[in-house]
Formats: sequence, C-alpha cells, structure tokens
Amino acid sequence: MVAALFAVTVSMLLAAPAAEAAPTPSPAPTGSQQNYPNSISGLLRNNGVPLKGVKITAKGNGFEGSATSAANGSWSIGVPTQGTYTVELDTGTLPQGVKLAEGEKNPREVSFSNTSNVSTLFVFGQGIVVQKVDIFSQVPERLVAGLSFGLLLALAAVGLSLIFGTTGLTNFAHGEMVTLGAVLVFGLSAAGLPFWICIILALIGGGLWGYLQDAALWRPLRQRGTGLVPMMIVSIGLALAVRYIILYNFGGATQQLPYSQSPQVNFGSFAVSQNTLVSLAVSLVVLLGVAFLLLRTRVGKATRAVADNPALAAASGIDVDNVIRIVWTVGGVLAALGGILWAYYRPGVTFDMGQQILLLIFAGVTLGGLGTVFGALVGSLIVGVLVELSTLWLDADLKYVGALAIMIIVLLFRPQGILGRRERVG
Amino acid sequence: MSTGSTEYSATGRHAAEEPVDYMTDSREIADGEAAPGCRKRDPIVVADNVTRAFGGMNAVDVEHLEIPRHKITALIGPNGAGKTTLFNLLTGFDTPNSGSWTFEGRSLQGVSSYKVARMGMVRTFQLTKVMGKLTVMENMRLGATQQPGERLSRALFKGIWGSREKEITEQADRLLEKFKLDAKKDDYAASLSGGQRKLLEMARALMVKPKLVMLDEPMAGVNPALTQSLLDHIKNLKAEGMTVLFVEHDMHMVRHIADWVVVMAEGKVVAEGPPGEVMKNPAVIDAYLGAHHDVDLGDAQGIKELEAELEADDESIAGTEDAGILSKIKEEEAP
Amino acid sequence: MNFLDILGGALGEMLSPTTAAYALAALGLAVHFGYSGLLNFGQAGFMAVGAYAFAVSTLQWHVPFIVGLLIAVVCAVIFAFILGIPTLRLRADYLAIVTIAAAEILRYIVTTNKLTPLTGSANGLAAFEGGFFDLNPFPPGTYPLGMSNRDFFVRVVGWVVVALACLVVWLLMRSPWGRVLKGIREDENAVRSLGKNVYAYKMQALVIGGVLGALAGMVFTLPRGAVQPANYGTELTFFLYTCLLLGGMATILGPVIGAMIFWAVLSLTQGILYGLIESGTVTFINTVQAGQLRYILVGVALMLLMIFRPQGVLGNKKELAFA
Repeated sequence: MVAALFAVTVSMLLAAPAAEAAPTPSPAPTGSQQNYPNSISGLLRNNGVPLKGVKITAKGNGFEGSATSAANGSWSIGVPTQGTYTVELDTGTLPQGVKLAEGEKNPREVSFSNTSNVSTLFVFGQGIVVQKVDIFSQVPERLVAGLSFGLLLALAAVGLSLIFGTTGLTNFAHGEMVTLGAVLVFGLSAAGLPFWICIILALIGGGLWGYLQDAALWRPLRQRGTGLVPMMIVSIGLALAVRYIILYNFGGATQQLPYSQSPQVNFGSFAVSQNTLVSLAVSLVVLLGVAFLLLRTRVGKATRAVADNPALAAASGIDVDNVIRIVWTVGGVLAALGGILWAYYRPGVTFDMGQQILLLIFAGVTLGGLGTVFGALVGSLIVGVLVELSTLWLDADLKYVGALAIMIIVLLFRPQGILGRRERVG
Repeated sequence: MSTGSTEYSATGRHAAEEPVDYMTDSREIADGEAAPGCRKRDPIVVADNVTRAFGGMNAVDVEHLEIPRHKITALIGPNGAGKTTLFNLLTGFDTPNSGSWTFEGRSLQGVSSYKVARMGMVRTFQLTKVMGKLTVMENMRLGATQQPGERLSRALFKGIWGSREKEITEQADRLLEKFKLDAKKDDYAASLSGGQRKLLEMARALMVKPKLVMLDEPMAGVNPALTQSLLDHIKNLKAEGMTVLFVEHDMHMVRHIADWVVVMAEGKVVAEGPPGEVMKNPAVIDAYLGAHHDVDLGDAQGIKELEAELEADDESIAGTEDAGILSKIKEEEAP
Repeated sequence: MNFLDILGGALGEMLSPTTAAYALAALGLAVHFGYSGLLNFGQAGFMAVGAYAFAVSTLQWHVPFIVGLLIAVVCAVIFAFILGIPTLRLRADYLAIVTIAAAEILRYIVTTNKLTPLTGSANGLAAFEGGFFDLNPFPPGTYPLGMSNRDFFVRVVGWVVVALACLVVWLLMRSPWGRVLKGIREDENAVRSLGKNVYAYKMQALVIGGVLGALAGMVFTLPRGAVQPANYGTELTFFLYTCLLLGGMATILGPVIGAMIFWAVLSLTQGILYGLIESGTVTFINTVQAGQLRYILVGVALMLLMIFRPQGVLGNKKELAFA
C-alpha cells in the first residue's frame, strides 16, 4: 500500500521538470513579475480591441511596482504581500482616442480578499457610463454568482458527503482533489491539447486519483481496522503531501485557464459573466445527473443503502467495497469538475485553490447534515449564496467569515444539520 | 399520584428501620394484585407516562411502572421492545418526549445522567464499556466517588488527594478479590475476556456505592461457565441491600434470580409479576413468540423481515458505541 | 557543503524559540487530543489569540508585559469557551470542523483591511516586544553558541516555560483528574454513568490546552518582534499534530521531543539539499523546490506515522486510544 503510494509520489516528482518546462498558455505580460506570490492583474480592452503598451502602477504596503499591458491587453503586477494597493493607469500611455469611461476611478484602491490574485477592470470608451453600485443590480448579480459558486461547491461537497456516508472518513485531502482538476486542465492545455480533450482528461484524471487513493490507501486502512480519527489525520498528511507535490510541479503563481475572460451577459438591470452562467448550468446538469443516479439506478440505491447502514447493506448482499470504490471514483470526478469551475470562478489556478474552499465545502456538508447527499447540496447552495450576498455589507476579504460563522451557529441549534435526521441521534 | 408516593416512602422508611434479611424477606412485592403498572409496597423508582418516539414510532410508552426496593427485578421482552431505551430514559442518557419519573421520591426529570449516577442509580451497558487502555485498577478507581483529586483546583497536589486514593484502592482491592479479578489488577482492561469485562464493569459500578444497580444484559456474550458466577454476584448485590434492575432476553436465566419480572413489548409494559406466574401469562407468550418465531434467516423473505425489524429497532442504536451524531445529554454548564 | 555546519544548524534549531513554541503548543494538543480525545484542529487559532492579544494590548494601551500576558491568557480562555460551548456535546469530528473554522475566521478577521489600525492587516504588527526584553537580566555579551543576550534570554524563557508546562501537565495527568480525562477519551458515556460531569472536564481540558497554545503563540512571536496572520494558518496546526504524533500523543515529553525532531529534520534536509544543489551534485531541482520538498516530506511523514507508529517515539501502544 505504502509502496504504491510512494511510487505515485515519486512518479509525480519525476514528472516535475517536464511540467516546469511546459510553456504557459497565456502570453506573459511584461512588468515587475518578480516571482512574488501575489499579483494584481487585469485586461485592457476597448470595444473588444486589446490595448497594448499601457502602463499601470501599483503602490502600497511599502512596495511599488508597474507593468505594461501585453498584446492581448493583459497585465499583471506581482506584489510581495496581500493588502490594499493603489492602482493607477497612466492615461498618457493610452492609444490616441481611447479614454477611460466616465466614472471610472483612476487611481483606485484594490484589496486582496484571501486569494493570491486580485483583478481589476478598467473600462474604456465614451458613452459607457459605469453603473453606480446600487442594491437593485447588486442583489441579483450576487445571487446568481452565489448560486453558481454554491453549485460548484456542491459538486465537491456531494463527493465528500458520499465518502463520509459510506466510509465515515472526514477527508481533509478533498481540497487537493479539487485542485487537481484545475491543474490538470491547465497542464494539458499548456501541452497543446484541445480544450475539450483537456477537460475530459482532467475529469478522468480526477476519477483515477479517487480510485487510486481508495485502492492504495483507504481500502487497506479499512481492512486493518484503522479508526476514523487516525484516518482523518492520515488524510491531513495526504493533503499536505499532495498540495506541496502540486506546488513543486506547478509553481506558486496564479495561472489562467483558456477562455478565462468572458463577456458579460446583460439582464436589463444587471449583468453576469458568461462563465458564471455556463458554470451554473454545467454544475446543475451534473448534480441532477448524480441525483438521478442515486435515486433511480441500482448502484445509486446500493450507495444510499451503504451510507445508511454498511453492515445491513453487506448482509443483504451489496458489495460494500465495490460501492465505496465507485463513490471514491465518482467523488474524484465531481471534485475535479468542481475544481475546474472554481478556477473560472476565482478566476485562476493556484496550487492551494482547493484548500481555500475546503472549509466552505465542509461548511456546506455540515450545514446540510453530515452524510446526507441532498443535505450537502442544500448546504453548499446556502454557503455559496451567503458568501456572495455577504459582500453587500461585509468587506470582500471577510466574505468567507459569514459562511463559517453560520455553520457554527447552525451546529449550536441543529447539530444534525438542516436535512439530517434527529432520530438517528443519541 | 403524589399522595400515593408519600405513602410508599413512609413504608419504605419503616422497612429500613427494622432489620430485614433481604434474601429471605417474603413479604408481598406488589401492593395488591400483580398487573401491568401495579403499585408496589415499597418502590424505589416510579415512572409515569414516560414516552419516547423515534421517527413517529413509539419506542417507549410506559403508563406507570414501579421498581420494588431491595429486590431483583428483571426487565424482559423481545428485541425492539424498548428495554434499553427505557434504561436510557430512566438514567438520563436519553430524554423522553413526555413523562415524569422519580428515584427515592426525588424527581429525575431533566436531571443529567451523571447526577443520576451520583444519587445512587448506576447503570452498565449492553456493549460493555470498560476502558481498555486503562488498567483494571484504574478502571475501578475511576468509579469511586468523592475524590478530591478529581477537582482541577486540587489535582496538582498529591498531598490533598493521596489519602482518599489509598482508601479507594483498598475498596477496589476488596471488590476485585470478590469478583476474582485481583490477579489482573495491573493488566490493561483490553486484555480481559468478554465475561471478565462484564464483571469488571459491574465491580466498577459498585465503586460508586449505588442504591440501585441497573444492568443492561449482564449475561450477553458471557460463556456458560461464568454465567453462574455472574448470577451469584447479582444475588449478592441484593444481600448487601442494593436494588437490582436488569435487562435480559433469556426467560430461563431470569427465573433463577429475579424476584419480580416486568415484560415489555412494543414499548409498553404488557405484564409483570413473580417469575413463575409471568411465564404462564398469555400476553408474554404472545409477545415473545409473536415477535421473531417465524423469522427464518435461511431465506430471503426472512432476511427482509429481519431488516424491517432492525430498521424499526432504533432503540438498538442508543447505548451502543456509535450512539449517533451526538449524545443529547443535558449537563451542567461549564465549570 | 560543510556537514558540521549543517549538523550544528540542526542542533541550534532544536533549541530555538520556535521549537520551544511548537513544543508548548503541541503539549497543549497532547492535553486536548492525546489525553482527552478532543480533536482540536484550531491550535493555530489559540496561538494567534495569544500573539495578537498580547501585541494589540501592548501597542494600543501600552500595558506592561505582565498585563499583556494576562490579557493573552484570558483571551485564550474565552476563545476556548466560545469553541467548547457549542461543540463539546457533539461528536469528535464536529469539534474538528468547528475549531478549524474558528481558527480561520480569526485569521480572516485579523487580516481584514478594515481593522488595519488595530491588527495591521496582512502585514501584521511589530515592535511590541520591548517590555519583554526590558526584563532581560542577562547583560550584553556573547553567550553559548554565539548567541546575543537577547537570543539567550528568549531561549531561557521559552524553555523554562516549556519545562514548567510539562511539570504541570504531568502533575495533572497522574492525578484522579487526569484519570477521568483518560476515561473520557475512551468512552465518555461510561464515565458519565459513574457520576462524572464529562462536559466540565472536557471544557477544563480545552481551556488548559488552549492556554498552552496562547503561551506558545507568545513564545513564537516575541523573538520575531512581529506577528503576521499568514503564520497562523491551518498548516501550522497540522505541523503541530506531526510533532505530537512524532513524539507520542499521550506522553508529557513526547510533544517536546517531537518538536525537536521535527525542526531538526527540517533543518537537516534543508541544509543537505541546499548543499547538494550548491555543490552541483543535484541539478534537477532548485532551492525553491527543495523547500517544497520538505513539506512533502512532512505530509508523508504524518501519514506514515499515523499508519505505522501511531504511538510515536515515546508512546506505549497499549495505552493508545485511537488505533
């Protein structure tokens, strides 16, 4: 078991130089990208035409850096620490006739919110009036974004919940299963494969990782009769190891997936980015599919039976080990998909992107009721919407706090979660 | 009801004044005719309208029940009859949906389990709960009450708790000898056999110096050679003035030692009385034979039936190791 | 590459104040997890509480060192109550999730830009250690291993605190109070059935381990003279668990020895890897990757320890509650 694990580790390490050497897909903008862990970035476009050679500076926290936009209009300034920076666009370097839109703040304050990348958009052109921040456009915008975020959380949460239900394991390495999906898409597309192939291969990779994890680690541990708490700690070790293996191969920078810049879709009073909508639709369809599988198919029913009572399920002829294997594989695929969508939502791929939402996934699962699949779905939606809506009155860098606090409060009053059954308790 | 219970405790006090040999005391247990929910001459526990529902199913629905003092009472009934749930409710390990119950005239409603134990009502568990990673002696010491060293403020200073520690060690030594575990006292409890664990759990419960000992299936999983010694120990408890209430499946085992038998089925008390009479009661035969007699585990139909029964048997979760998401034990606020 | 230098570095690392802080925090975890079975995954939060409470009270209200210390301890007690009241009745994994969430909430709050005047946001706080070093009885000069009087003072204080904490925990765990905790670790219902107030014991254990964590936060932050939120992430807690499991989770000296081994191994691997890279023996990784390699090592070590030697270096497998 450990030998297999070791082999996987070593092979991942050996793969390092190859991945390192792979070209980055997005043309690298020039600027003070001095390998800082954090960056401020954006895209300059005027009526869809990229603006090249525009100078932008960022000042703050005792640091000053600047960048010039690349041919595709993208720019990025590496900064040493997260915090608030004053970002200024040098209007003198704009092409002739191009002006910042009315009401666009320049210079402006940009703050990091717990991610290592923050993007800010400068809008150009005449006649375009930047909408004032008003609650009527903000609420639906945040709501749609929250639903989209909640559904992508649900993808990961459903897998986590199924694993918890069937094996009792609280899997702290689930965040890395999320990261893996996004990193694989990035790596494969950097290697030049077509986008759709990359997505499919990444999903297969996620499933394979789930399957391998179970076969090489968790199943042998179960057979040894290892307790749940030791297994939880093993999963923490696995999470650390995999996270740094990914860092080792992928590096500490934020990378963008193909098509990460998408146009805004207008809904009259508010606008939502196309990627957010696509993400929402994709996760909705996949989750409905999972629900159908669970409710209507033999495998799904067997899974629910195992989650309910493994001993009884085994007694009635269900191959529990097989069910668990399927759950790990499907959980891996779902987490990978969640990771890809998360990369578009943030936007960006980093080695610790999964860890950043692991607690939110836990919050979703706990809110809904540990071990109940539909609870995980509902809980994740609540967390997603809450995180987005809370930005209406909380600072952006506190948006995860609300969701985590709500989870603790719910545990106070309804420890079994929203959909959990009290009868099973005590 | 309140006037009734004062009467009982009056007689109880009276009985305590006159030295009575509890082994040969042949006075009537029931105050009148033996019937489900009948009054006792001298009850130690009185329960009224205690109900507990799991998912719409009444696991326990006891109208009135009295446990006679200084007697051995057996609580019997088929699987899923609600025996363990009733145990949990009486000892504060579970909260009933309704009802009231008293121990020695004091209401136990809303009293947390550890306080119930301190009052002198101590229980054991169906799945034996000995601390396998502690030695047999440490298990025993854990049971002792009034240990100053258990308070954080005094724990640091051995001078304060050393003498009490010596006392309880002697008490434990005596009990271990009686239970023939003295040779094992420095071994980890995990190394004991199933029967020895049952003995240790019972001995540990006696360290609390209880008035009422509640044993949940003391004979389950014990090999026949040890069964007789266990039965003797239970009888000894009575001889020493304790009251015993125990849960048991096997009616024949019960006949040997019980003075009184309470039969439960589907959460209700369906019969009670002296063992000889209860066995003849048609309600009992019905409850027993009606429950599992037609289940044939050899065919699929039988397994299905058993599944259905196990599913309905929510009670079986309580008191086991995986007691579900949380134990809803109401306890005092933090220190 | 000079192997003696590397070895000396590792030895120095074993006695560093950071190691003392890790030992102290891991000892707190031993009280929580090793002796009581409480899965506290928010020890980094307790450390942050100690460090920030001290730094903020010193910088905002200019309180003397001792008062700052007391405020830090009181805040840790309050934090323990906030965590314990909702979760100590629940199953172990709920405590894990709530403590890890609470520690993260704390980190987000001290990081938020809104509180920059109070907490310094992502940059943290600095220059609050003066009161501590004013207490330094050692005159300037050179001390063993080439330490300055400041370094020497910090190490002496750090390790004296560790030794005192070990003594207190040892006294507690051999007492009947400790016996009740060990009973709870195995089966809290059984302990309850014997008339012990399990909830109160768990809360006391949570508070004691948490206070040790807060003291560890101060030992960690004082020699640096700076406190930054990035240092108190969830990974810190997991490193502490690695230290604890290395040494033996239900032992007194285990966490201390575990922390020493942890830092010695990290220092050794770094020294050797960097040496190999500089000397050109190893060319396929750079120094940044070598740093990352060490953390992969920590993760793998944590897994292997838990699977093959859960009792750690000092533990007794028969007494191990989770295996």
